Amino acid sequence: MVFSLAMSFTDWNLLSKDVHFTGFDNFVKIFSDEVFLKALWNTIKYVIFGVPSVILLSLLIAMMLNRIRKFQWLFRLLYVMPYITPLVAVSWVWRWLYQPPPMGVLNNILLNLNMPTQQFLSSTEQALISIVVTTVWIQLGYCIVIFLAGLQTIPSEYIEAARIDGASRRQITWKITVPLLKPITLFLVIMQSISFLRIFTQVYNMSVQGSGGPLNSTKPLVLYIYEKAFVNFDMGLASSASLVLFGLIMVITFIQMKFLNEKSD
Amino acid sequence: MIKADRKYTVTAYIVLTVLAVLMIFPFLWMIFSSFKPSWEIYDMALLPKSPTLDNYKNIFEFSGFPKWFLNSTIVAVITTLSVLFFDSLVGFTLAKYKFPGRKILFILILSTLMIPTEMLVIPWYAMSQKLNWMGSYWSLMFPGMISGFGIFLMKQFMGTIPDELLDAARIDGLSEFKIYWKIVLPLVKPALGTLAIFNFIGNWNAFLWPLIVAQDSSMYTLPVGMAYFSSEASFQWEQIMTGATISTIPLIIFFLIFQKQIIQGIATQGLKG
Repeated sequence: MVFSLAMSFTDWNLLSKDVHFTGFDNFVKIFSDEVFLKALWNTIKYVIFGVPSVILLSLLIAMMLNRIRKFQWLFRLLYVMPYITPLVAVSWVWRWLYQPPPMGVLNNILLNLNMPTQQFLSSTEQALISIVVTTVWIQLGYCIVIFLAGLQTIPSEYIEAARIDGASRRQITWKITVPLLKPITLFLVIMQSISFLRIFTQVYNMSVQGSGGPLNSTKPLVLYIYEKAFVNFDMGLASSASLVLFGLIMVITFIQMKFLNEKSD
Repeated sequence: MIKADRKYTVTAYIVLTVLAVLMIFPFLWMIFSSFKPSWEIYDMALLPKSPTLDNYKNIFEFSGFPKWFLNSTIVAVITTLSVLFFDSLVGFTLAKYKFPGRKILFILILSTLMIPTEMLVIPWYAMSQKLNWMGSYWSLMFPGMISGFGIFLMKQFMGTIPDELLDAARIDGLSEFKIYWKIVLPLVKPALGTLAIFNFIGNWNAFLWPLIVAQDSSMYTLPVGMAYFSSEASFQWEQIMTGATISTIPLIIFFLIFQKQIIQGIATQGLKG
């Protein structure tokens, strides 16, 4: 940590013995590097698209799951599987699903339904969204399990009482269930934001040569850091970029603390 | 009212089933494709028409998968054992011994939880190069040998063990290490189990650090080997899917065996937060 901080002010390349103090040069350099800015913006896009989708979907599904009795355990089991299995393997499976026709499974399904085929990973516009979809698929089960556990702690008397008072199901959902789930939702929003900020493996394995392509359109900060540090061996620049990432994570954690404090006041 | 309830339940089952299919389909596709011969691979039928084990034979004979499988097993098993031992020992010390600076030490350990791996890889890399660890199992494993989260977990659980129990053991003449080994550890077995399961999964699936530090193909772990193998397989999807199946199946089996602890472990994360 301290080491990273110190490094971000130097031009060390790991091999040479002499390290020069360069002040804020590295930060100036990365913020004038178009690729870095692109990666920063992509990372924010991953969070903006990914977090709300995963939270809303998992909340909805957890509520349904909470209503049924039979096979609840089986559904939960199946939903968690993608979260447990190796990211590299599932990334490659999805990469195949996304391929252009006649190889890609999704495009073949679209063809069979007489719908226009999509470029998915090979288009600069769709690639990032495609990776978000895969990541939502991975994270969904984790959030569902946590939401379901939260739902099951809500005393059934609350719901019964509201029912007797004549509240509709919609009212019960919005006035009782959702407010009671607020702490858990907040926890999940933070955890998911951090995990989308740190996105790397999916992108590395779903873009050609692990480049974050096409044309850097999917490259996140972590991939930028990886390339700077371990392909170009510019440890100084990489450390500066990793501090920016750390800053983002700290900002989110700080917002969480603030929300949690408000709640307990 | 009751009619509406039934309607809702039926809708719920339909939606949940569709979702279950969407969640499972990629896995089924992966597994069945690994048994397809190459000429059948773009056939859109899920089940292979002429199932074959050729892909597996090919991978076991001509690729590094057996070695990568071994590497992953070694790394995951050793790091997990190490985490269990050191985390419980440190957790025990922090929970049951009073010494100056123990609060600060605990806060320092907790604060390491905030720092993401991505930020640590550069100092880790510099360190393993300085100490000449590059190219050894040691370089793959050292960042995972001890975990701040595990120490936290252990301290919390061991804090609930009454001091009287430990004092009684002391009077009976047990050494401090024996107290830890024979009395404290058996009492925190469930927590140790959860810690072991999540550590094993995490280390088995780890990608970024092994990718950086494993420079020779004989040192790849399964995920790293899988990534290199797949990008070199020039879109022979039956080969890639066989590799993916080999790296996924052990974890699916592991998951099915320990599903109760795993789902419980995830569920309690949220309730604590």
